[in-house]
Amino acid sequence: MPTVDLATTGLRELNLSLHRLGEGTNETHWEILNPRGAHAVAVGVNAPAEIAVQGSVGYYCAGMNRQARITVQGSAGPGVAENMMSGEVIVKGDASQYAGATGKGGLLVIEGNASSRCGISMKGIDIVVKGNIGHMSAFMAQAGNLVVCGNAGDALGDSIYEARLFVRGSVKSLGADCVEKEMRPEHVELLTRLLARASIADVKAEEFKRYGSARKLYNFSVDHADAYG
Amino acid sequence: MCGIVGLFIKETALEPQLGQLLSVMLATMCDRGPDSAGFAIYGGGEAGLAKITVQSPDPAIFNGLDSALASLLGAKVSMTTKDTHAVLRLDDRLTGKARGVLREQFPQLRVMGVGERIEIYKEVGYPTEVSNRFGLPDMTGSHGIGHTRMATESAVTTMGAHPFSTGLDECLVHNGSLSNHNNLRRDLKREGKIFETENDTEVAAAYLSAQMDKGLSLGEALEKSLDDLDGFYTFVVGTRDGFGVLRDRVACKPAVLAETDRYVAFGSEYRALAGLPGIEAARVWEPEPATVYFWER
Repeated sequence: MPTVDLATTGLRELNLSLHRLGEGTNETHWEILNPRGAHAVAVGVNAPAEIAVQGSVGYYCAGMNRQARITVQGSAGPGVAENMMSGEVIVKGDASQYAGATGKGGLLVIEGNASSRCGISMKGIDIVVKGNIGHMSAFMAQAGNLVVCGNAGDALGDSIYEARLFVRGSVKSLGADCVEKEMRPEHVELLTRLLARASIADVKAEEFKRYGSARKLYNFSVDHADAYG
Repeated sequence: MCGIVGLFIKETALEPQLGQLLSVMLATMCDRGPDSAGFAIYGGGEAGLAKITVQSPDPAIFNGLDSALASLLGAKVSMTTKDTHAVLRLDDRLTGKARGVLREQFPQLRVMGVGERIEIYKEVGYPTEVSNRFGLPDMTGSHGIGHTRMATESAVTTMGAHPFSTGLDECLVHNGSLSNHNNLRRDLKREGKIFETENDTEVAAAYLSAQMDKGLSLGEALEKSLDDLDGFYTFVVGTRDGFGVLRDRVACKPAVLAETDRYVAFGSEYRALAGLPGIEAARVWEPEPATVYFWER
């Protein structure tokens, strides 16, 4: 199991080593020590490796991830798992702004709170937050699922397309064109599956409300001019 | 982009390490603001004495400045110099008069800050070099705020660097940009405020001191700024005995706070906090938008 200590190894060297991993590699378990808030840790990995980051990271950790399962044993700075394609990213602490932004696939689990703009412009990623999320989350979200076990801040789902938002607690306010929708059996089933994938056992899918697009802003209508602000 | 660090010490035993800890924090933020840097240190003050921090690009002017000022004021003045900055100590009842004398007799000097405890140092240059020029690692005190600047709104000059003084023992640093600073500057000039730069943060500092002149507390002035200042900002403010943080409503400029029994620390990023003692067990969180945080002792 390769162990990379960022106190003695440069970030580029670490990321280069991770980028060289190919299909069928035997180096499937990596440990990264002393991240101390470093930027771009384990960005652009494209291999089925398990990567454990022992500490808190700065901007853009695990961005563009494909296949890898990356665990951050601490908190993450802005843009964690930005543009993830597949695989899994688990943040044991909190995540800063725009966690999972523009993500196309894979699963992002944040065990603490996420701050503003969580899941902004998400395009298919699944995001599960055990705590709360900040304002403007899921702004222009296009596809995928955002699950929030706590509360959501202001303007949730503003200008949302077809992503599904599940919130267990309160929503401070909904953004333009985002509305509460009925929880049908297929949504309970989907949410149960997502909670299980995120290893959350103490919360039931039935406790959530679902939010999504009212689909009134897809095409410009003069009757909705005010909503475009 | 800019970088901010701040450290407010709760446990007196840590005070001798203030400069050392703050300089390590500041060094981590060099790449967020490589063009200039500055810091405010709240060190020991003496009752009845005020400190005036002045700056000159030519430190030769400091030779005999204390005795010249003493004879013009008819009072005792002592001075310590650090590179391009000098700290003048004198009877606190004479600060107004002293500033007038400095303005008229020594127009090449720029006043950085005035107060019982505050000292402000700032210069153009790479932050670690600026920090070492002034000997930040050896400074002691109860709290300090540092800033690394990447200029966006005005020229890279000493006076464009942060912190900005907002009043006696008060200072402000800023990460972000204000979009209505020209209008606000015109209004504040009409109210008698004097500006030395085209810098947006100087306007925010003058705005806060104008509000406090009208009787508002610093907390109230910060609350009011949420309505009057248009733009992006994370502010960190220092007062004689306090330390505050405010982010605008959009809160896109980064901010991390950490608190232990021994200190409260601010960093634009977690990197700035990673070297602090006991950080592993600290409560670390991102300050909420449009919320004034303030600690005092």
